[in-house]
Amino acid sequence: MASRNIPLIRTVEDLEKARERFREKYYSVKRYISVCGGTGCRGGGCLAVAEEIKNVIKEAGLEKELPVRLTGCHGFCERGPLVVVYPQKIFYQKVKPVHARKIVLRSAAQGEVIEELLYENPEEAKKVVQEEEVPFYKHQMRLIFGMNGMIDPENIEDYIALGGYSALRKALFEMQPEQIIEEVKKSGLRGRGGAGFPTGRKWESVRRAKSRDGIKYVICNADEGDPGAFMDRSLIEGNPHSVLEGMIIGAYAMGAHQGYVYIRREYPLALKMLTRAIQQAREYGFLGGNILGSGFSFDIGINRGGGAFVCGESSALMASMEGKVGEPRPKYVHMSEKGLWERPTCLNNVETWANVPLIINKGADWYASIGTEKSKGTKIFSLVGKVNNTGLIEVPMGITLRQVIYDIGGGIKGGRKFKAVQTGGPSGGVIPESLLDLPVDFDRLTEVGSMMGSGGMIVMDDRTCMVDVARYFVNFLTEESCGKCVPCREGVRRMKEIIDRIAEGKGKRGDLELLEEMGRAIADGSLCGLGQSAPNPVLSSIKYFREEWEAHIKKRKCPAGVCKELITYSIDPEKCTGCMACIKPCPQQCITGERKKPHVLDASKCIKCGACFDICKYDAVVRQ
Amino acid sequence: MKMVSEATSGNGQQVCLCEKVEEILDRYNRDVSQLISILQDIQEEFRYLPKEALEKVSEALSVPMAQVYAVATFFKAFSLKPKGRHVFQVCMGTACHVRGAPLILEKLERELGLKNGETSKDLAYTLESVNCVGACALGPVVVVNGEIEGHCSQSKVDALLRKVKGQSS
Repeated sequence: MASRNIPLIRTVEDLEKARERFREKYYSVKRYISVCGGTGCRGGGCLAVAEEIKNVIKEAGLEKELPVRLTGCHGFCERGPLVVVYPQKIFYQKVKPVHARKIVLRSAAQGEVIEELLYENPEEAKKVVQEEEVPFYKHQMRLIFGMNGMIDPENIEDYIALGGYSALRKALFEMQPEQIIEEVKKSGLRGRGGAGFPTGRKWESVRRAKSRDGIKYVICNADEGDPGAFMDRSLIEGNPHSVLEGMIIGAYAMGAHQGYVYIRREYPLALKMLTRAIQQAREYGFLGGNILGSGFSFDIGINRGGGAFVCGESSALMASMEGKVGEPRPKYVHMSEKGLWERPTCLNNVETWANVPLIINKGADWYASIGTEKSKGTKIFSLVGKVNNTGLIEVPMGITLRQVIYDIGGGIKGGRKFKAVQTGGPSGGVIPESLLDLPVDFDRLTEVGSMMGSGGMIVMDDRTCMVDVARYFVNFLTEESCGKCVPCREGVRRMKEIIDRIAEGKGKRGDLELLEEMGRAIADGSLCGLGQSAPNPVLSSIKYFREEWEAHIKKRKCPAGVCKELITYSIDPEKCTGCMACIKPCPQQCITGERKKPHVLDASKCIKCGACFDICKYDAVVRQ
Repeated sequence: MKMVSEATSGNGQQVCLCEKVEEILDRYNRDVSQLISILQDIQEEFRYLPKEALEKVSEALSVPMAQVYAVATFFKAFSLKPKGRHVFQVCMGTACHVRGAPLILEKLERELGLKNGETSKDLAYTLESVNCVGACALGPVVVVNGEIEGHCSQSKVDALLRKVKGQSS
């Protein structure tokens, strides 16, 4: 096993010499092509693009002068596959293998800009050349996420060349454990997994906690279960060493010698990158015995999750790591006292760990200068749903929702009307237009009935039904409730039954009041965070969109045209051009008509599958 | 407690089941904290968790069968029935949901003649929904045999089905 071999880097001097060497090796050539290898771009075919670029380079005999890096996620998934030509940082989007020749021979080799692949700023109808100038990037502050687009996540040398593991060096040789904890406390860093617990305080309790045999654990929570959030996945895929470095520093500060990463099974690429990163960290001497000659020993293992949302909760996560069913327990005794195998345990989220090297390197004062009074630093959000520029963004805490959705996100898709933004996943809530100027931080989001969560921001337009969204979350929570405590198991199910009825047009007077009452009871009576926050999506929706709920109950109508039982499809004869495109996809053969004459839809046979609505280019299919 | 265990193929499979499970157990040093990983590897190997394999795991890790069964039925990753050779996973994350994932799932249900969570009798296809695959910017997303297909529309589903059916014939 690699860990038994003598590591390549054994002292601080080794590290700095190696850094020089790797800098020379990778960055003496300033010209290179970076291809985004994140999951989004892979879904768009970036691997074929990278392959073709390499082929062209080989053919042209440019292998030495023009390296290609398959990097982590650049964030702008909507426009993938993405390619950036360095050093000019020419930003190409929606690249296909056929473009490889132009990019290599004309753009990278001769500095030419390929117009057709540039991003066009829709507001000014102007092409943008450089990555930083694209509005999507321009308004961001990419402290944690920025390196993703530069380094090859499969190569630890790349990370070292760009300054990686220098925070570890500082922590091990220039700081006492207590000083590190003090620094983290002073920085104001709060847990990025959702609840926002002060990280430094958690570390302090673990450091002070007594363990019967001296064993303590640190764990990285990579069981990113919030639907609609994928920043943790992208960090592990794109820059796994930043997470490992944070964990090693934390372990040293708390006196732990064993760490684990609990990672979701739905993320095969992240698992691969993480496994490789841990292996390399061992080979190079950042994990194992006597790290960098400091006398401190620490290693990290991997635990794969089994696909249960509740396992993002600390005690459930640790139960499942012990080979048990992932059920939470009451926390009269905190995990920092008795966690995994009854030993003091510190569990932090991926993004939290990735913040640590930055705080150590640049200092708590610098870090605390970013953000709001009680929420410091930046936060990565996944900006998705009905917004033009979807992807991952990193912004300083305190930015307003309007800035996020309009300046970075480029507004609502298809020029439609903004309706709400959902944050915090199944524990969070919906936020209406009247609150768009709300500064985004932990406390402000909680105040309005939502929460930060792990950072999903799902934008909704006037075609999203708020009853349907609430129904979606309650469905999700009914499935994911572990079943241990009654308020959550039974209460959420009853809420689901009521909402199902409302969505089917069988709502009754008093339903909303009942939902509100139940919601309060479930929040009060549930054992863990899942149940305590489960009513949020429903309560916030009723609070801000009561009219829409009442339309379902009183008028038996779904104004957004989503709830199946309350809508009908028809064809607007004014708009129908008679193109016949909708006739074939209809599985019920309920659309009839001749070419160039308005078609007719027989609503009695229609199963409301939406195939005609999808295909019609003239908005002639009406759903109401 | 009802256990479903059907042999996926003839005797050949049965003979190597023991060896395979042993090999997987060794991969994790028979460590009980790796129970989920062990079961995942078994699931990957056989496309389900055969009863015999669970018994073997219980014995090797000195963990009661009840606990192994509890874990095997608690987590979504596991199935006590064999899954199909081609697995369609429709992402039901919030971002996919608001962009029309439920209609995509219904379309696949119609076309494959399966309900969500079912496997066809000939073990060719499994249709299931997953809570979020983290490719939210590409929604609606369908994962076909591990490959992510983004921006799914009804007509794209038709094309996907043609492609997969072409592979299996």
